[in-house]
Amino acid sequence: MCTVCGCHQGTPSTKRAAPNDAEMHERSLQDDRDCHSTLPPGERRPPPSNHPGDSYNRSPRSANHQPHNAQARPSGVDPPDLRGCGKSTKRLVEIERDILDKNNGIAANNRALFVADDLLVFNLLSSPGAGKTTLLVRAVSELKRSRWVGVIEGDQQTSNDAKRIQAAGVPAVQINTGKNCHLDAAMIGEAYRCLPLLSGGILFIENVGNLICPAAFDLGETCKIVVFSITEGEDKPLKYPDVFAASSLMVINKIDLASLLEFDVGKAIEYARRVNPKIDVIVVSARTGEGFAALYAWIDRQAGCQRHAFEDKGQ
Amino acid sequence: MAICLGIIQIAEEKVHERSSSRVRSICLEMGALSHAAPEAIRFCFAAAARRTIAEGAALNIVELPGVAWCMSCSKSVEITRRGECCPCCGSYHLQVTAGEQMRVKELEID
Repeated sequence: MCTVCGCHQGTPSTKRAAPNDAEMHERSLQDDRDCHSTLPPGERRPPPSNHPGDSYNRSPRSANHQPHNAQARPSGVDPPDLRGCGKSTKRLVEIERDILDKNNGIAANNRALFVADDLLVFNLLSSPGAGKTTLLVRAVSELKRSRWVGVIEGDQQTSNDAKRIQAAGVPAVQINTGKNCHLDAAMIGEAYRCLPLLSGGILFIENVGNLICPAAFDLGETCKIVVFSITEGEDKPLKYPDVFAASSLMVINKIDLASLLEFDVGKAIEYARRVNPKIDVIVVSARTGEGFAALYAWIDRQAGCQRHAFEDKGQ
Repeated sequence: MAICLGIIQIAEEKVHERSSSRVRSICLEMGALSHAAPEAIRFCFAAAARRTIAEGAALNIVELPGVAWCMSCSKSVEITRRGECCPCCGSYHLQVTAGEQMRVKELEID
């Protein structure tokens, strides 16, 4: 949620970016699902670029965006129209339910689907401009040589990022979140069905550039990765601790600019480990490729861990 | 707002299960280390509840402390936010054990 302005209106949409023509005709999600559901189990779905510019719109979830000056009632005060009404029919219902229960349930279904497809899924979080897409373009270009790779891109508007990924020869689906400031599990479930089968491969989810809200939403990923660039300052982990606490890996990007900036890598790592003592750290330059060997080794270790976990479960 | 809509959705489910038509109050438990601030929830709730069964419902938020296990002094300690050091030994080797919850605890319905 956007805890600052509370914005949640608009029409989120999921689009497969058309590499050559962004204005190609639209098709409904149901048509898309029907198309894929006719494939025999295990058969590889055709890559997105074979489809004629499929896209669909999601229904708006909130019809009205209320003015920001709407006043919340003080805690514990009955609404005026109920005060003194003399009704004795009120009942107390104990619930004890997580507020994000619905999202978590869908995320669990996504996770089961990803495990069944033997897929590693990384949810990339960062502030806007940290270099997630540049990092992904380099990573997928190199990783695609050894395994299936796909990308789900989240942005408020445009299919620009998905097109950059597709230009690297990797299938990508663009989700436009409209006024929403994060991706949720339902969006990922729908977008994943638009990708070709990636069995044994890697799915990268590039979340909306935002260091607050995406931390709260489980998408069914294997783990979260936070990317932050040295232009942002060492104390980012202290300013936005939730996302660093939720991530398994911190990637410090743009290290090629180190000679121009006074950035203390050691201090950034120390701050990140104050909020998450277990967080792994890799320093890279998405522009030059420095540090990417360490990133791929880390990904391979996650694949090994997932395999072990899967085998242990199966025994 | 997504969190407020989640609260209302849970309330709607319970109200329909019990053939009720109105929620009088909603009690939430919010941990100090959860992803949303109680003031923000209060701010958004009235707007989110408009034209739903929760319109006009009172929102009671029980704020719970953050708790972490200090790996240096092997104690459970209370913290108010992430990145804070152990109040006993000053170490940052803390593992959060409680205070991350955002839960609907109970509803009062007609």
